Amino acid sequence: MRYDVAIVGGGVVGCALAYALTRYQLNTLLIEKACDVGFGTSKANSGVIHGGHHSRAGTLRGDLEWAGNRQWLLLCRDLGIGFRQVGELMLALSDADVPVLEEYKRQGDARGVPGLTLWDRQQVRDDTPSITEDMVAALYAPTTAVINPYEACFALFDHARANGLRVALDHAVTGIAAVQDSWVVQTQGGDFEADFVLNAAGLYADEVAAMAGVGTFDIHPRKGEELLLDKRLEGIVRHIIFPCPTPISKGILVIPTLDGTIMIGPSAQEVTAKDEVTTTMEGGSEVFAGAQRLVPGIQMRDCIAEFAGLRAIADGDDFIIGTTVAHGFVNVAGIQSPGLTAAPAIAERVCAILRDEGLALRPKTTFVSLPAVRARFAGLTTEEQARLSAQDARYSHIICRCEGISEREIIDAIRAGGNTLDGIKFRTRAGMGRCQGAFCAWRCMALLAQERQTPLHTLTKRGGGSWLVCARPEEPS
Amino acid sequence: MISDKPHHLRQQYDVVVTGAGPAGMAAAIGASEAGAAHVLIIDREREAGGILQQCIHQGFGMHHFGEELTGPEYAQRFLAQVEAHGIDIITDTFVDVARSDKTLKLMSAHEGVRVISAGAVVLATGARERTRGAIRLPGTRPSGIYTAGVAQRFVNMLGCLPGTRAVILGSGDIGLIMARRLALEGVEVVGVYEIMPHPNGLNRNIVHCLHDFDIPLHLSTTVVEVHGRDRLESVTVAPVDDQRVPIMAQAAQIPCDTLLLAIGLIPERELADGLRLRMDTVTGGPLVSSTMETSQDGIYACGNGVHIHDLVDFVTQESLLAGHSAGDSLFGRRPPVDNVRMIPGENVVSCVPHTISTDREHTVYLRVRRALDKCAIRFGEIYEKKLRYVFPAETVTVRLTPRFLARFPGGALRIDILPRQGARGDEEAA
Repeated sequence: MRYDVAIVGGGVVGCALAYALTRYQLNTLLIEKACDVGFGTSKANSGVIHGGHHSRAGTLRGDLEWAGNRQWLLLCRDLGIGFRQVGELMLALSDADVPVLEEYKRQGDARGVPGLTLWDRQQVRDDTPSITEDMVAALYAPTTAVINPYEACFALFDHARANGLRVALDHAVTGIAAVQDSWVVQTQGGDFEADFVLNAAGLYADEVAAMAGVGTFDIHPRKGEELLLDKRLEGIVRHIIFPCPTPISKGILVIPTLDGTIMIGPSAQEVTAKDEVTTTMEGGSEVFAGAQRLVPGIQMRDCIAEFAGLRAIADGDDFIIGTTVAHGFVNVAGIQSPGLTAAPAIAERVCAILRDEGLALRPKTTFVSLPAVRARFAGLTTEEQARLSAQDARYSHIICRCEGISEREIIDAIRAGGNTLDGIKFRTRAGMGRCQGAFCAWRCMALLAQERQTPLHTLTKRGGGSWLVCARPEEPS
Repeated sequence: MISDKPHHLRQQYDVVVTGAGPAGMAAAIGASEAGAAHVLIIDREREAGGILQQCIHQGFGMHHFGEELTGPEYAQRFLAQVEAHGIDIITDTFVDVARSDKTLKLMSAHEGVRVISAGAVVLATGARERTRGAIRLPGTRPSGIYTAGVAQRFVNMLGCLPGTRAVILGSGDIGLIMARRLALEGVEVVGVYEIMPHPNGLNRNIVHCLHDFDIPLHLSTTVVEVHGRDRLESVTVAPVDDQRVPIMAQAAQIPCDTLLLAIGLIPERELADGLRLRMDTVTGGPLVSSTMETSQDGIYACGNGVHIHDLVDFVTQESLLAGHSAGDSLFGRRPPVDNVRMIPGENVVSCVPHTISTDREHTVYLRVRRALDKCAIRFGEIYEKKLRYVFPAETVTVRLTPRFLARFPGGALRIDILPRQGARGDEEAA
């Protein structure tokens, strides 16, 4: 089969591209080296949909931030996933910071971002008493929101698949060859032919471009460590709290996540290896100190998990989106912050590029919408829960105690493609609470083993060599 | 262990107990003995017994039964009593929320979503294990890092092994028991690493689980980093100085595919939080009176959901009291209100119960900050008792009788554990 478009990379950008392209009468393929989508940089993203005023005008990052922000609200509704416009407060911790806030306000105002307001100290204190007293003013941006980045990946991916996307997971790309008027993407699992190749390979986009003979840039991984805090702190902040940014970093944020936990981070550290996602004592302490500078009530003892992710920074520090000298090979690379925010706008821009390159984009007459995955059992009223439970008793069988996730939701996640323990975890939140899976991990494993008709020792945490348990040796008879 | 599901779950019970572990079963029996006619125990596991179900080793019941039992045997004895008392047990059922008006919302596959009400509620929710996040263990996030209790579940209940070569961090009893259990299953146990200068488990477990199996115990040593992309490949261990700071110059990398964390238990607090009970920030459990009543009328708590106990026998004892109190409260039998507040002082980190009454006998459970030989425990000016030693891993249990308490007018009673004046090094060596 010859595809119209092959997307290399199943992060949020690849998934957004897939979602956008499957609205058209095209044969689209998504190739991903991991066993699931969103398992690279996207999984470790902090979930902030930036307000629209953060990135400089005249850059792709700046142009697409505000466009993406406006698209997510509708997109989340279409996808049936969570979106909460929590707003943000960018704090000035000294008088010297105030002109910076004003500059950000001007930048946002010029772009048409509504509602940007400078608050004085008292307004901030009245709004969020937990914020440090060492604060002189803040810039309030009502447009900033939170989503769950992995939920977004899965929803985009699931919708694209329901609308004809072909998928090659666990297929690492090993080579890309131009043949006459098309491309052959070689992988460990076989070759795929396509007219257009979209390079959304994240940290590896430079290597994928080089395979196609257009290796004109390098990707530099920049590590960010984040800490997840216990739900006990829910409500300590209502908005995302930013420090006043410096030229090199947005700084350490305090983020009220969609799920009621507080996330703090990220740090920013240049690293060399593209799989260097270790957490460190120094990184964690830096994040904690940065968060405490904004919200002193945050305690280290409330930390339930630490993790790290890598931003894919391209030479030039901007997104690289566009055609190359190799006709039909399009880069969607260097998607660093605000990449999650920009993702739908990036997809839109890439569709326009493909049209300009001669690809016929004829809309489908029908586009399949999937039922909302967001209606989590735990969040429903008792009456709604009772009604669902009467339909399917597995709804009232709770598997994850911390997050109240039911057996039915786990089964749905498995049937939607959750092939691993992390695949279930990131689809349902089972295992993300304060016990970190001590209660539910084996229960999820048992359900996965049962659904897939396979023994426990064949299951993995996230594919590859991440086996979970081994079989007991046979007893001598 | 078998538990009969009631044919009809009642809408109203005299006493509802959340948790069918040793605490919950003893509390239900206590309530029944006090005269409660309709008692219900709810548990989220498939069978009653709580964590005892997976504790297939011996060592339970020496205090309560005067003989050594396995965990399931200990649980079975109580389950038989529960059934003899006509107490209802409903398992595979999750208590979503308990409210101050003593209604509870339940969820299960067989009952659906139900709200029932009770005359009194006993929280016997047990404890959970501290996880990697609680100790900030840097490195990658591979598979193969489990709490010791999860590994115990794999081996003893699911018939699989957590890995082939294991390092155990923390010398709590579950870690020691699992070191032996894995060794018996043919897993190579590299060693047990303990950041403190002393072990955290019972001495008998050090001997029977480590020494007898030639498993080394490394004190004042900890795991400082984990390595491995997909599956755990190795850990870095390092000795620590007396401030518990790792001495990286002496660090060593140890190949292993499994890391078990036995770094302590903390009370399960979901239901207590939902009730907005007043909590003890040190124990992590609710504040309780001498009758094991929490800060809300008619809501009682007991077992590891209140504070972590050394032995299940003590859980049983405390929970019988909680159940009796809950049962008594139904009939208006309430002892005089506590008039003494227990205040942890020198070398005392916590004391349960948090209040007592001068008119009757109490057993109080204390934890100390640091080890001391030949010391004395002082309760204000009214009572002093010599102790041979105290140890952070071991609860100090003291019985206070009205004989001493009657001297106290009430109010705050400070508890100190101090070195004994003039104690000689060899005084009690025999």
